[in-house]
Amino acid sequence: MPTLRDIRKKIKAIQGTKKITSAMKMVAAAKLRKVQDSMLRYRPYATKMQQVLADLAGAVETRGDVPPILLRRPVKTVEVLVITSDKGLCGAFNTNILRAAHKEINRLKGEGLNIVLSVVGRKARDYFKRRDFQFKNVWTGISGKLQYTHAQMIAQEMINAYVSEAVDEVVVIFNEFKSVIAQRVVINRLLPIGRIEAVPTEQPTFIPFTYEPRAPELLAMLLPIYIEIQIYRALLESQAAEEAARMTAMDNATKNCDELIRKTTLLANKVRQASITKELMDIVGGVEALKQSE
Amino acid sequence: MENKLKLEVITPYGELINEEVDEVYATGAEGDFGVFPGHCAFMTALRIGSLSYKKDGQIQYVFINRGYCEVLNDRVLVLVGSAERVEEIDVERAKAALARAEERLRRAQAGETDIDHARAQAALERATIRIQLATKLIPR
Repeated sequence: MPTLRDIRKKIKAIQGTKKITSAMKMVAAAKLRKVQDSMLRYRPYATKMQQVLADLAGAVETRGDVPPILLRRPVKTVEVLVITSDKGLCGAFNTNILRAAHKEINRLKGEGLNIVLSVVGRKARDYFKRRDFQFKNVWTGISGKLQYTHAQMIAQEMINAYVSEAVDEVVVIFNEFKSVIAQRVVINRLLPIGRIEAVPTEQPTFIPFTYEPRAPELLAMLLPIYIEIQIYRALLESQAAEEAARMTAMDNATKNCDELIRKTTLLANKVRQASITKELMDIVGGVEALKQSE
Repeated sequence: MENKLKLEVITPYGELINEEVDEVYATGAEGDFGVFPGHCAFMTALRIGSLSYKKDGQIQYVFINRGYCEVLNDRVLVLVGSAERVEEIDVERAKAALARAEERLRRAQAGETDIDHARAQAALERATIRIQLATKLIPR
């Protein structure tokens, strides 16, 4: 039986933990708001750019002069880009993504394809390092200070690998922010681009633009931006999902602390009562003994 | 001239400029170009460089990263990875970036292979133009 003092100490400790987890929850909430704000400000750029590229690709396709990164070729090597967080304490966020990524890699290997692995985030690096994977690129320290240049950098690497035919396909695996309580693992093909999805537009479909340089070359110059857009979106989504997952995890931890405090307080009360009962019995026993000796 | 251009500069971090202006100048893939009201429909890629526009007789300068520009119906739409008004340029940071890029290029020339030459070159270009703009070395 633990002593009353030990139990009280334990309650204090749990209360301390609770303060930390609830503070972390609030920090995560603030960060989530920041990321959501970035996503909102990013949207006009992404939609407009996508629109432009879809129009341009449409104009070029009809002439049959298509840049290589739009075209599929027989796939022998696939590059997999896995996006995780740098830090833990965010529930199943990283576990989910890593499990899905590992499964996907095994599936691709099962199809007889070579895998090239690139990762974002310390968690993915550690996970795959432990399993003796070789990395092409490792990017850490991005979360928290994500910039568009990060996406440009990653996109450049991917495009270089694709254009030099070192890889024939690039897929990205990341957590999508569905809502504060739900994240979804998404597997997207980045390269080859295939068809650019058109966004509904108010512009008339055919405008006699003057292109400078000519449309196919212009498209080739701008297509990397399409990859940047996708990667930046994936990074933003992943960050939002991370903070949301952390918020939920810390909220649960805080609730668990409450539960533990309640249970331990109950135990403390029991122990206190037991000791009081014991003392009472001692006193009664003593009185009885005195009575008898009289 | 009563006709005006609507200039919109949009970056991943939001809208930087949304103004009615008189003239716009920028560096396209095949050289500098100017846009006045009544310009034909025009599409081009933008190089790292400066964009300037004239409004109420005043010329304003903006640093722009690589991107895209479209002119349609007196509307100039600029989509770039990043853009800063001249007043917002952090010269100290640009100078530091310039030094870093020069150092990397030097090392690349000395034969180090793990250096991305193209990236260092781009960084150098960005830093140089930022500094030139901020210290008003680029007159129009």
